[in-house]
Amino acid sequence: MRFDYHTQYREGFALWRSPFDRNLYALLLLGLCVLPWFMTPFMLGEMAYVFILCVASLGLMSLTGLTGQVSLGHAAFIAIGAYGHAWFLSKGLPLPVSMLMAALLSAAAGLLVGIPAIRVSGLYLAMVTLAFAIIVEQIIGHWSSVTGGFTGLAVNDPVLIGQSLSGPKAFYYFCLITLVLVLVALLNILRSGMGRALIGVRESEAASYALGIPVERMKAGAFALSAGITGLAGSMLAHHLKYLTPDGFTLLLSLELVLMVVIGGLGSLRGAVLGAVLISSLPTAISRIKPFLPESVAKQFGLETFIFGLVLALFVLFEPMGLNGRWLKIRSFLESFPIYRKDTFKRNKRYMKSERYR
Amino acid sequence: MKTYNASPPLLTVDKLSLTFGGVQAIADLSLEVRPGEVLAVIGPNGAGKTSLLNAVTRVFDPSGGQIHFKGQDLTQMQRHQIATLGIARTFQNIELFEAATVLDNLLLGRHRFFQGHWWQQVLRTPALTRLEEEAHAEVEKIIDFLDLTPWRHAPIAGLPYGVRKVVELGRALCAQPELLFLDEPASGLNPEETRELAFWIDDIRSELGVTVVMVEHDMSLVSAVADRVICMAQGRVLAQGSPPEVQSHPAVIAAYLGA
Amino acid sequence: MNDFWLTFAQLTVNGIAVGAIYALVALGIVLIYKATEVLNFAHGDLLVVSAFSAWGLITVWGLPFWLALMITVLGVALFAFALDALVIRRIAGQPQFAGVMLTIALAFMIRGAVSMLFGPESRNYPTPWSQQSTQLAGLSIANLQLVILGVSMMVTLVLFCFFRFTRLGVAMQAASQNQLAAYLNGVRVKRVNSMVWALGGVTAAFAGVLLAPITLVDISLWFVTLKALSALVLGGFGSIPGAIVGGLLIGLIEQYAGVYMPDGTKDIVAYLVLIAVLIVRPHGLLGEAHGRRV
Repeated sequence: MRFDYHTQYREGFALWRSPFDRNLYALLLLGLCVLPWFMTPFMLGEMAYVFILCVASLGLMSLTGLTGQVSLGHAAFIAIGAYGHAWFLSKGLPLPVSMLMAALLSAAAGLLVGIPAIRVSGLYLAMVTLAFAIIVEQIIGHWSSVTGGFTGLAVNDPVLIGQSLSGPKAFYYFCLITLVLVLVALLNILRSGMGRALIGVRESEAASYALGIPVERMKAGAFALSAGITGLAGSMLAHHLKYLTPDGFTLLLSLELVLMVVIGGLGSLRGAVLGAVLISSLPTAISRIKPFLPESVAKQFGLETFIFGLVLALFVLFEPMGLNGRWLKIRSFLESFPIYRKDTFKRNKRYMKSERYR
Repeated sequence: MKTYNASPPLLTVDKLSLTFGGVQAIADLSLEVRPGEVLAVIGPNGAGKTSLLNAVTRVFDPSGGQIHFKGQDLTQMQRHQIATLGIARTFQNIELFEAATVLDNLLLGRHRFFQGHWWQQVLRTPALTRLEEEAHAEVEKIIDFLDLTPWRHAPIAGLPYGVRKVVELGRALCAQPELLFLDEPASGLNPEETRELAFWIDDIRSELGVTVVMVEHDMSLVSAVADRVICMAQGRVLAQGSPPEVQSHPAVIAAYLGA
Repeated sequence: MNDFWLTFAQLTVNGIAVGAIYALVALGIVLIYKATEVLNFAHGDLLVVSAFSAWGLITVWGLPFWLALMITVLGVALFAFALDALVIRRIAGQPQFAGVMLTIALAFMIRGAVSMLFGPESRNYPTPWSQQSTQLAGLSIANLQLVILGVSMMVTLVLFCFFRFTRLGVAMQAASQNQLAAYLNGVRVKRVNSMVWALGGVTAAFAGVLLAPITLVDISLWFVTLKALSALVLGGFGSIPGAIVGGLLIGLIEQYAGVYMPDGTKDIVAYLVLIAVLIVRPHGLLGEAHGRRV
């Protein structure tokens, strides 16, 4: 059993629940820092890609998970971040400035979608974001003068204060540090007034208005924040891909992000990271098990799509709280060990109530 | 029975009217709320009581008339500015933040106070930590006042109905309002909880100095706690006065209370 | 001048023909939404399944077109019924988002399965009206398009009367607004919902089997879902006549944009319309406005 013996308020809202948690996360960070000495350059590249997807997933989570606004088109913001960053780099801006500008550009685009999105919610918002993503994809394809159209756009190597970051180890640390910074920033936001207000907007708009929360501004701001973070991920992705084409940012990427966020567990940053890790390692896992499958099943390219769908369906049906939910359940089991009750998380029968009149 | 001074009214509603489509929810309503009193608004369902609340807190735009709070015209304000003036409310169907804990709900009640600049929040400066601690300290006073200590870290989703009502009351109080609107605070409460509520409303008025306007059906609560009662029917005022006066008014008996 | 009107008229005719398909698909989606409040993102994949089944029945088994059509319609209806009974039903009571996610997951699974079973090449199959067209006052219409138009109108009429005038239709609407209350009123909610899915499957089957000869039997058939969503939004979400009107309008707008607007607009104009409608008039042309009582 775990009991809190807090003597000061600040112990209550600290980032870790106990010294054990703090040590665990410190160990994890240490492990990740030490990893490059034990991995092949290929694996390092893969890990960097996972970190980039984690940042993108955090971006989407801060919109969908925290503010409750669905977005099925976040790949558009990755694309804007990636192409923006490549363009700013080609104009000679230093790396950090270019990334920041790309993130701001993405945030502005997010505001563009967010302001009309205030008036719609739920399903309608999902469709607006979907439409937005398709439009952005087409614009990228046709605006050849800036984006290179369907032939593509080359990306300059990342250089920070004279040092090139394009080597596998350097890029790995670059992505890891960005991920940690984004994570800490989001955690801080969640702990303070802005984060609470975002959750309030998600749960009950009526009550939020009554408490003085400018709901509409919050929703638009959440869009901008989410788009900015996702744009940052896009700028890192540009360096990972080294050559940008429109078909790297399709609807499928948007849905992959949504998968990460949903499977990870809506509303928690840990869930975003877990979901990103799972989804990005799924293709590799599938290719590993292909040799063991019967010939006719393994050779078709539909297998990946099918398995993605299957994983999502299983999570929605059996573990709606996602990987984070499973983590929390395991943790609460361990914490209340001898007196854990078997049906603590049993779901009761529920009836559908129309959401048209929410 | 409390006596109050003749200071200017806190809230004046002047010839207010509110229509929804073809339905006239409020018609030419005028009333005033005096500082330091507990005013009860009673009346049959559909009388426009909650609509009055919603009109004052700017959920709806009135189709005519004026609302003044401490000299300011409320009809020109935006919905989220009402809390900053010192007006708080509870809801008929509890509108708590289900996924958050009781503490988080109460902390959100303090949103109208300065929460720190955005960069302070992102960087978690010592100044912000101090702000957060002050907020926690203030919220603890309310938790103490309403006996919510056992429920402090409980998520709302598992709480019993009576406790939820109290949490909503606490959240409204955390905004440190001058004027508190309660929408049917005793609905769904058992007699013991209703008695506790009566004591709390009295304490809110005397200890915290908050003016309370409550929409209520429970006449025992009204008799116990209210200084003044206004009975509404069909969007208009039917009778005003002290609880005994209104309860014995013939029009009120005919429209609402029964013989 | 005459040329302009001739082109315009031809475009209009094409637009209505294409729009009829969008309308039929939108109809299926709105049916399921009206009854169960689940937005079926897998609807396009039901079209894919119908198209591939029809292909299999016609070219591999050599059945005549009408028989293949009937069998496909029945088969897909049963498939949709099973989808609801076995899978979708389990998330009753969860927020709408869960339904969207589940249908997206099913869409992926169906698409992946069809891909694996049939491979990536596009196929085709003959219909009684392939390669035939009618001439009408100087305009040419493919017979197949006329058939599509006719089928769409007939299906619409039947469904409209169904929802308005039959007890089952009213029961479906009740079940969608408050399931518990519907149960308590004797509505067999689960069975009713599955039947609505089956109806949705029927419209998808008709649309898929009739559309495939035009656009080829291919996985990419599912893209029609997105255009149908635009049609739904334009016509008014939750409104059956709205789905039809929206579909026809989107078809027309696309055709006009292809000729009268800059290059490449045709591909995105449906989505621009969707965004514009949701900003300016969220409940579309014929939809109902909703609000929440506090």
